[in-house]
Amino acid sequence: MAGARTSTMTGILGWLDQRIPVMDTWNKHVGQYWTPKNFNFWYYFGALAGLVLVNQIVTGIWLAMYYKPSAAEAFASVEYIMRDVEWGWLIRYMHSTGASFFFIVVYLHMFRALIYGSYQKPRELVWILGMLIFLALMAEAFMGYVLPWGQMSFWGAQVIISLFGAIPVIGPDLVVWIQGDYLPSDATLNKFFALHVVALPLAILALVGLHIIALHEVGSSNPDGVEIKKKKDANGKPLDGIPFHPYFTVKDTFGAGVFFTIFAFVLFFEPTFGGLFLEKDNFAVADPMVTPASIVPVWYFTPYYAMLRAIPDKLAGVAVMGAAVMILFLLPWLDRSPVRSIRYRGPLTKIAITLFVIAFVVLCYLGLQSGSTAQLWVARVCTVIYFGFFLLMPWYTKIDSTKPVPERVTYHAH
Amino acid sequence: MATESVNHGRRRFLTASTAVVGGVGGVFAAIPFLSAWKPSARAVAAGAPVKVDIGKLEVGQQVVVAWRGRPVFLVRRSEEMLSRLPGENGRLKDPDSSVVDQQPEYAKNETRSLKPEILVLVGSCTHLGCSPKLHPEVRPEAWDSEWKGGYYCPCHNSKFDLAGRVYSGSPAPTNLVVPPYRFEGDATVVIGEDPEGQV
Repeated sequence: MAGARTSTMTGILGWLDQRIPVMDTWNKHVGQYWTPKNFNFWYYFGALAGLVLVNQIVTGIWLAMYYKPSAAEAFASVEYIMRDVEWGWLIRYMHSTGASFFFIVVYLHMFRALIYGSYQKPRELVWILGMLIFLALMAEAFMGYVLPWGQMSFWGAQVIISLFGAIPVIGPDLVVWIQGDYLPSDATLNKFFALHVVALPLAILALVGLHIIALHEVGSSNPDGVEIKKKKDANGKPLDGIPFHPYFTVKDTFGAGVFFTIFAFVLFFEPTFGGLFLEKDNFAVADPMVTPASIVPVWYFTPYYAMLRAIPDKLAGVAVMGAAVMILFLLPWLDRSPVRSIRYRGPLTKIAITLFVIAFVVLCYLGLQSGSTAQLWVARVCTVIYFGFFLLMPWYTKIDSTKPVPERVTYHAH
Repeated sequence: MATESVNHGRRRFLTASTAVVGGVGGVFAAIPFLSAWKPSARAVAAGAPVKVDIGKLEVGQQVVVAWRGRPVFLVRRSEEMLSRLPGENGRLKDPDSSVVDQQPEYAKNETRSLKPEILVLVGSCTHLGCSPKLHPEVRPEAWDSEWKGGYYCPCHNSKFDLAGRVYSGSPAPTNLVVPPYRFEGDATVVIGEDPEGQV
C-alpha cells in the first residue's frame, strides 16, 4: 500500500504535499477553518498572545547569547547587555516589557472567555489547556525575574520559594531541594536558567499547540455564544462562518499593528513603567544580608500576593493563594447557565462579573502597596468577593434570568 | 496469523509484566534526576560553622554575621531588657518556645539562649524569609503603641520580642529560629555547632 497520495498542488508544494499533509493542515487550521463572522474587539488577544510568545522566544534566544547564569556574573552580564552589546538594551527591554504585555493580553484573553462563556461545553478542554499555559507562564515569568540577580530577584525568589515551606512535614526539605542550597544561591539561579530557557518554553509551546488543536476541533465560540456549526449550507460550511484566511489574518494583522504601536511606545519611552515592569530595587545587585524595605512582586502576581498577605496564617495564606489560581480550572463546571454570552444573561451574572473585576483590580493595586491595617481589611473583602464569584456561581447562574438566544449570530455588515 | 492461535492470557501477562518492570525501572531512573536538585557536596561544605568574636559587643548592640548565607543576629541584652521578657508572655503566640524545630533543646528557656544576656538568632522572618530589623527602644512605634523593644519585619509586619518570640497577630507562624551554637571561652561564639555533650 505504499502508493503516493495524490495532491492538487504541483511543483515543490506538490512534492511536499505528497509526503507531509501541507494542504490538509492549511485547510483545517487556516484556509477552511470556519470562524464566526461576528468576532469583536475581544477576539484579538489570543492571536496577540501568540505574537508576544514569538517575541519572547526570539529576544530570549538573543539574551541567552550574552547572559551568564551564575550568581557572580549574572547581574553584570545583564548590565553588559544593556550598555555594551549593540542594541542589547532594545532586546533586553523587548523581553522584559514583553513579559508584562504577555500578562496584559493573557488576562484580557481570559476575561473574554469569562464574559462570553467560551469555556462552556464543548470547550472545557480548551479552557483547561489555556489554564495550564497560564500556570506555566507564571512559573516562566517568576524564574525569568530571578535571572538578573538583582535585589528583587533574590528576595522575590526567597519569598516565593518559602511558600513551599508552608506545606506540612515535607515543606522545609522541599525548599532546600528546590534551591539546591540552604538559601537562594548560585545553584538556584543556574537551575532556574535551565528551566526558564529550556524546560518551560518547551512545555508552553506544546500546550499552546494543544490549545489550538483542541480549539480547532470544537470550533471558535463568539460574542453571541451561538454554535455556528448548527446552521450549515449544502456543502457543510457553517452559514455564519468565514474562512480564517484571509478574513481574520487581515483583522489580526491590523490588531497586531495597533498592539505594536502601544508596545513600542512603552518600550521606547517607559520600559520599566515607573517601576511596575522592572522594579527599582532590581537595579541593585542581590545581597542576601540586606532585605529591601518592601518586597512586592511584579504587578501581574500582586492580586494573588495581596490575598497571601491578607491572611494572618502562613499555611492558610499559601492555601488561599493557590486555591485562587486553581479554582479557575473548575470554571466550566461551576457555570450552570443555559446561555453562554453575557449578552443574554441576567442581572445577577452581570453584577457578579462586575464585582469580580473590581475585586481583582483592587487586589492588584493592594498587592503593590506596603499593606496598612485598613488595606489588609480591603484585601480581605476583595478575597471574599473573588472566591464568592466562583463558589456561588452554580447558584446565581442557575436562578439568573436569561434572554432568548438568537438562531444565528447578530452581525451588521460594515 | 490465525486468531485462534493467540494465547490472550499469555499476552496479557507479558504486557502487564513489561509495564510493571518498565514502571519500576522508570522510578529508579528518576532518582538521579531528582537527587541532582539537592545541595551539592560543595554547597553542604559551604554550610560549615562560623566563629564570631563578641568580646567587643556592647550592651544593647547587635552584630550580624553570615552563616549558610543567612544573616545571624547576635545581641548582648541588658538586665533590664531581660526583665521585660516575662511581661510580654500574654501577647505572644509561643511564649514557652514549645515549637520544637525553632530552637535547640538547650535554648528552650525563658531567654531562648545559652547565656541569658547573649541572644543568637537566624535573621530570617519565619513568615517568608525577609530580614527583621532590631528596634530595641521602649517607645510607641507605628506598628505597636506598647512596643517593648524587639524585631519588626518591614515586609509583612511581623513582630518579635527581644528573645525572637513572635507576637500574636503577626503573619509569621513561629518564633525566630535559634541556630545551633556554642561558646568557645567567654568571647567567642561558634555558630553551627552544638555545645559539647548537647545535641
